[in-house]
Amino acid sequence: MTPKNPENANFDRFLHVRRKIYNSVFLVLTGLATAIALAALALILETLVVKGVAGLNMAVFTMSQPAPDMAGGLLNAIVGSLVMCAIGMVIALFVGILAGTWLAEYGDGTKLATVVRFLNDILISAPSILIGLFVYELLVRPFHGFSALAGGVALALLAMPVATRATEDIMRLQPYALREAGMALGANRGHVIRSIIWRASKSGLMTGALLSFARISGETAPLLFTSLGNPFLSFKLTQPMASMPTTIFQFAMSAYDDWQRLAWAGALIIAVAVLTTNIIGRALTRGSTYK
Amino acid sequence: MASAQPSPGGAAPNGNHTLRVTDAQGDAIKPGGDHIFRTLCLMAVLAMMATLTGLVISLVSGGWMALSHFGISFFTTSTWDPVADQYGAAAPIVGTLITAFLALLLALPVAIGVAVFLVEICPQAIARWLAIAVELLAGIPSIVYGMWGLFVLAPWFSAHVQLPLMMAVTPGSWLETLISGVPNGANIFTASLILAVMILPYIAAILRELLMSVPSHMREAAYGLGCTQREVVMRIMLPYVRKSGIGAVMLGLGRALGETMAVTFIIGNSHNFPHSLFDSGSTISSTIANEFTEATGDMHISALIALGLVLFLITFVTIAAARLLLGRAEGPK
Repeated sequence: MTPKNPENANFDRFLHVRRKIYNSVFLVLTGLATAIALAALALILETLVVKGVAGLNMAVFTMSQPAPDMAGGLLNAIVGSLVMCAIGMVIALFVGILAGTWLAEYGDGTKLATVVRFLNDILISAPSILIGLFVYELLVRPFHGFSALAGGVALALLAMPVATRATEDIMRLQPYALREAGMALGANRGHVIRSIIWRASKSGLMTGALLSFARISGETAPLLFTSLGNPFLSFKLTQPMASMPTTIFQFAMSAYDDWQRLAWAGALIIAVAVLTTNIIGRALTRGSTYK
Repeated sequence: MASAQPSPGGAAPNGNHTLRVTDAQGDAIKPGGDHIFRTLCLMAVLAMMATLTGLVISLVSGGWMALSHFGISFFTTSTWDPVADQYGAAAPIVGTLITAFLALLLALPVAIGVAVFLVEICPQAIARWLAIAVELLAGIPSIVYGMWGLFVLAPWFSAHVQLPLMMAVTPGSWLETLISGVPNGANIFTASLILAVMILPYIAAILRELLMSVPSHMREAAYGLGCTQREVVMRIMLPYVRKSGIGAVMLGLGRALGETMAVTFIIGNSHNFPHSLFDSGSTISSTIANEFTEATGDMHISALIALGLVLFLITFVTIAAARLLLGRAEGPK
């Protein structure tokens, strides 16, 4: 039977045509949906690049926050963001990798592990502003002042579950033969984990670190009421400190044109930083990502 | 070779024949051995749990003053007056729910379309790059979305959608009530639109992975019966991932509920109960972000933290349900 000349009595030409039409409509609709998504990406990136590049110059990287109508840059915010992200990453990686290790190696199969895994997945998606509230109650209110340290801890709490999940996932991928081989040589379990499994998972752990960095470097909400912001360049961890996202927020909401220009430049810098971190992280382990 | 000699009982080659004492996990119990590391790992896990517990405790204790003072009226009234110390959270709570669900409504069809297109229709060589592009959209910091919404979307929306619509509708009709509002583009609908753009790649990425997990023999069998692509997708693939798919959608919803910065930029931040789609409003997170550092009294701070507790409860239920539906094995890795 060929479609052109149907001899089968049951062949319904109208049904056939209708199914074909439905199918074409369906294909067009899915293509359209993809076009919409890509158009949104293109529109946002276009605005970001056009307005961001217009505000970009050397002063952005070399000078601190200006008063309205004065020359200035984002140096204090860039430094502040780096400092707080560094604090956050150190804490998050330390706790996250150890916790992920426990989940993958020691706790596997226990009830506690199931609960922890579930709660960790919830923490990954928890609204970041709530983490900010928590750290405010924990570190800001008792000490009567906003501090860079509180900001760093807030970021750490955000990155920690991501790092935990990434560590567990990558360590589970390591073959059992590796562990058995290590133990057969007489190494105890901790030794096997530290010198064999961690080493074998190096690129995966790196990806996890980069993805958690990408997650926290653009975070604004938890910093608003932990590190607050600071118009001057500061390295004191017990004092308020500026950060890129909060400074961008403040500048973008302001009524001054030059502050808004700086905000766009900052938004471009931060978007480029986050996107490159994401891309590098993904390129390190070619595979699927987790959210 | 020394290492090739069989050593009975796993004893070291130097003739040490002591029996190895092991615990249930098969680890040697030796002082200074594995146990320090193991305890360290366990403590890290407990620290994680302490975070979540601490989060709940701090929200409850911080918000208790407002909750006990206002009682049920905290949820049913919408007077938000820091001067008179009167706080009713109905407006932000409703605003949060409306924007999140509207965003989901707008994003879901597109997300399904994108995922289906990438998995089933587009040539795989191109699909890989498109998938990366869609995931990049998910990686853009929310503050960038917010700025784009405030400076690009809102003016465009007010000039090309809101004003023409207001001109066109008959005064007094229900349609006019639906779209009334200050035509500045900063309203509940544009906030939902921005949220939709934000959660779209997120949902699409998870759905794509789910659709790719459909066994190829099922698709091939359907094609073999003469199904069109639409029929394969609608009758075989989507039903196959239904359960996890709902999980993916709820994960997107959870994200929309908790999103702060993008919404703060564009929703207009008014504490009035929203009366129309184009009315300015507020969400829980935007209210907290806007007022927390400027909160005047203890009651104001407490009311804001109580709002945070409400947000936590809403998102916790949503995300927990999503994770249960997604499961660990079949969900996105």
